Amino acid sequence: MDKIVTAVIKKYGGDETRLMDILIDIQDELGCLSHETTAHIAKALGIPQVDVEQTISFYHFFAREPRGKFTVYLNDSVVAEFCGRAAVQAAFEAAAGCQFGAVSRDGVIGLFHTACIGMSDQEPAALINGQVFTKLTPARAQELVAGMRAGQTLEELKGKKYGDGENANPRVRALVENHIRRRGVMVFDAYQPGAALRKVVTMSSGEIIAMVKAASVRGRGGAGFPTGMKWEFARKAPGDVKYIFCNADEGEPGTFKDRVILTEHPQLVFEGMAIAGYAVGARHGILYVRNEYRYLRAYLEHVLAEMREKTLLGAIIAGKAGFHFDIKLQFGAGAYVCGEESALIESAEGKRGEPRDRPPFPVEKGYLQKPTVVNNVETLCSVVKVLLHGAEWYNRLGTEESKGTKVLSVSGDCERPGIYEVAWGFSVNDILKMAGAHATQAVQVGGPSGSCIGPAEFGRVLAYEDLATGGSLIIIGQQRDLLKDVVLNFTKFFRDESCGSCVPCRALTGMAQIVVERIIAGHGSAQDVANLQAWAAIRKRNRCGLGQTALNPIVTTIRNFRPLYDARLYKGDERFEPGFDLAAAVKDYEAAVASA
Amino acid sequence: MASFVKFTINGKTCLAEEGAQLVEAAKENGIYIPTLCNYPGIPPKGSCRICTVLVNGIGQTACTTKVVEGMTVQTSTPELEEFRKSVIEILFAEGNHLCPSCEKSGSCELQALAYRYRVTVPHFPYLFPKRDVEAWHPKLVKDHNRCIQCKRCIRGIRNGKGQALFAFGKRGDKVVINIDPETSRDISDALAQEAMDMCPVGAILRKEKGFDVPIGKRKFDRQPIGSDIQA
Ligand SMILES: Cc1cc2nc3c(=O)[nH]c(=O)nc-3n(C[C@H](O)[C@H](O)[C@H](O)COP(=O)(O)O)c2cc1C
Ligand code: SF4
Ligand code: SF4
Repeated sequence: MDKIVTAVIKKYGGDETRLMDILIDIQDELGCLSHETTAHIAKALGIPQVDVEQTISFYHFFAREPRGKFTVYLNDSVVAEFCGRAAVQAAFEAAAGCQFGAVSRDGVIGLFHTACIGMSDQEPAALINGQVFTKLTPARAQELVAGMRAGQTLEELKGKKYGDGENANPRVRALVENHIRRRGVMVFDAYQPGAALRKVVTMSSGEIIAMVKAASVRGRGGAGFPTGMKWEFARKAPGDVKYIFCNADEGEPGTFKDRVILTEHPQLVFEGMAIAGYAVGARHGILYVRNEYRYLRAYLEHVLAEMREKTLLGAIIAGKAGFHFDIKLQFGAGAYVCGEESALIESAEGKRGEPRDRPPFPVEKGYLQKPTVVNNVETLCSVVKVLLHGAEWYNRLGTEESKGTKVLSVSGDCERPGIYEVAWGFSVNDILKMAGAHATQAVQVGGPSGSCIGPAEFGRVLAYEDLATGGSLIIIGQQRDLLKDVVLNFTKFFRDESCGSCVPCRALTGMAQIVVERIIAGHGSAQDVANLQAWAAIRKRNRCGLGQTALNPIVTTIRNFRPLYDARLYKGDERFEPGFDLAAAVKDYEAAVASA
Repeated sequence: MASFVKFTINGKTCLAEEGAQLVEAAKENGIYIPTLCNYPGIPPKGSCRICTVLVNGIGQTACTTKVVEGMTVQTSTPELEEFRKSVIEILFAEGNHLCPSCEKSGSCELQALAYRYRVTVPHFPYLFPKRDVEAWHPKLVKDHNRCIQCKRCIRGIRNGKGQALFAFGKRGDKVVINIDPETSRDISDALAQEAMDMCPVGAILRKEKGFDVPIGKRKFDRQPIGSDIQA
């Protein structure tokens, strides 16, 4: 252990801001980060042990104890449930002989839940030792456990039926499918790597920013902030050292577009980062990728190496003296909130992913307190195309306020879940038709933090001025129990993923969960529903988007599906307190009596 | 020389040094903005959200806001006051607060704010979390039941070598404060007292020390919180 810890820390120059890399590498070697290992890391870095522990314990994938020779993280998102996850869980438990949250007695199999792993188009899916296993069935779960016990390797467990496109690349070899159902011009058409960069170096940084502004490119990560303006702020911010971050944390349940973009067109993303670097005057780029996509690591590293070889990265890019830019990969370790740009930066600095207070904004003081641009994967792809084809070309696509295209992740109750790149301005109905959805009860637009709409609103269009979305649509069929299958699942998700800093985010989400559970159990009152609505005002005072939107699943379903709530409210004797559940209240007593 | 800026709070023209923390600047101008996670002299964190005010109409925590020329601040709209009361109630329902038996009763800021905001029965479901009382440390007792995760101890307490003694563990509604066995090993009585005093509630207590000041004669028994600044 000592030797491994020492070697890894040396590899990162004893730099505590590289703590995430250090922890990931050490866990790869040792299987977990025990108390003893942690003490050793703290000592070697010269920082208090509690400081190392506060980072470790923040992230879902860091283990304090061994999690089995094979660690199964079965996704428990809404869509996974729709696709039969419960039966898969039962099969894993029966075959392994242990429950979820535990390791089998022989230490071979560990079973754990995890939030959406970005495979909503091929659920139920699980990560097993970092590899993705899709479309699981109870029989396949049994087979996998048998294989693990029989001493098969991970590759043998996977088999050889790799997915389409670059998923079958020898450096990927993933069972994942792309499911690109509709290709658009911004992201998914053919393109010549380097063409945009070669054009860019003939322009000044001011001209580039002017062009991005003229095209009115807006961020695709959800907030829709004008990209040109962001770059300009960063360019004007004082300082020699600046950073470009690409946000590939993609944790919003139901979203998987960045996974497919990184699989099929990583060059496009890296080229966009280099262009941003040129425009802003930054030499360093960091692609922050969620841990769930670590199976792409060797491939992405290889693409970076190839681009360096072709002088599309590194020094004197595209023959331009003074244009230096390089990119490194930074992996997360399982925390949705790290997608929030300032939490992303904290995480990349080796800390807990707690969002920062603003101001200052990242463009003034970001990574290591230096001016930093954070852009979504898809935003950077759009910028490359804008520079290739011009602002006018870009402005011909989309609506008045939303130019260009949007890559949608469509999942749930439909025949063709997958990726659809469409111009802004398509209606929800258009998408439902393309995806082959019938008898649709509701659509969750923009993931849990977005809104849940009913058929009356399916005519609305996807655009910043109408239904703004980071790009996910979860289709919910009529057979689903909206409150139990969807709202409760999302609310639990936000509760688990809160960073724990703000009071109303940390505590209120769990309180709302209690009330929703009470309503589902038939003990809710009209006052409960009114309270849930009133809590929306409290929620908006949280620091970041997570806390601000955590009650959206509840609030938007009360707004759009009120009868579903009313139907479940307590209709018994109104003289009694409906929220009081006698059976639950005497549960401990009954248990004590029974065991006496 | 420090330059002064002019701005308004609740319509009143105020003066303060440029870049001063809004909470302090308001105080100097006779306006009380309630705080809980904030503590003079340590970096602000903006986590309890109680000091949320409207700066040019936009909600912002006053502890993390610096005053600039011409800004307009509103500190007490009905919505903000209701929000503050809710946060206090949520904190009571989130932990296990049994005030009558707490050593901090009377000098607890959470309790004092509850009085100021006339909190009676919380309108939020009690979570009744199962939390530990940690007593392994030679000088400190950590009662997790009462911790409001304000992070004052994390941000403010350092040993002689400048190292932190406290840190967060876990996340979300499971966050806890951990004490580092190494860096807290040889702390002085004075530092132990400082940690206890800095904690707004009774979550950090000194061992073998208590009831020096009788209940009824403690800090906020004598003077309700904030009343030294604004009634
Ligand atoms: C809780 C939370 C999670 C987020 N997750 C992501 C994410 O996974 N990917 C992303 O690009 N932006 C995410 N964002 C938005 C980012 O904070 C940021 O606005 C975005 O990366 C900026 O890039 P853009 O301007 O190109 O959209 C998230 C925001 C919040 C509040
Ligand atoms: S809103 Fe929630 S996730 Fe965001 S900073 Fe506050 S506690 Fe953390
Ligand atoms: S122990 Fe006290 S000071 Fe530290 S976080 Fe908890 S309440 Fe705040």
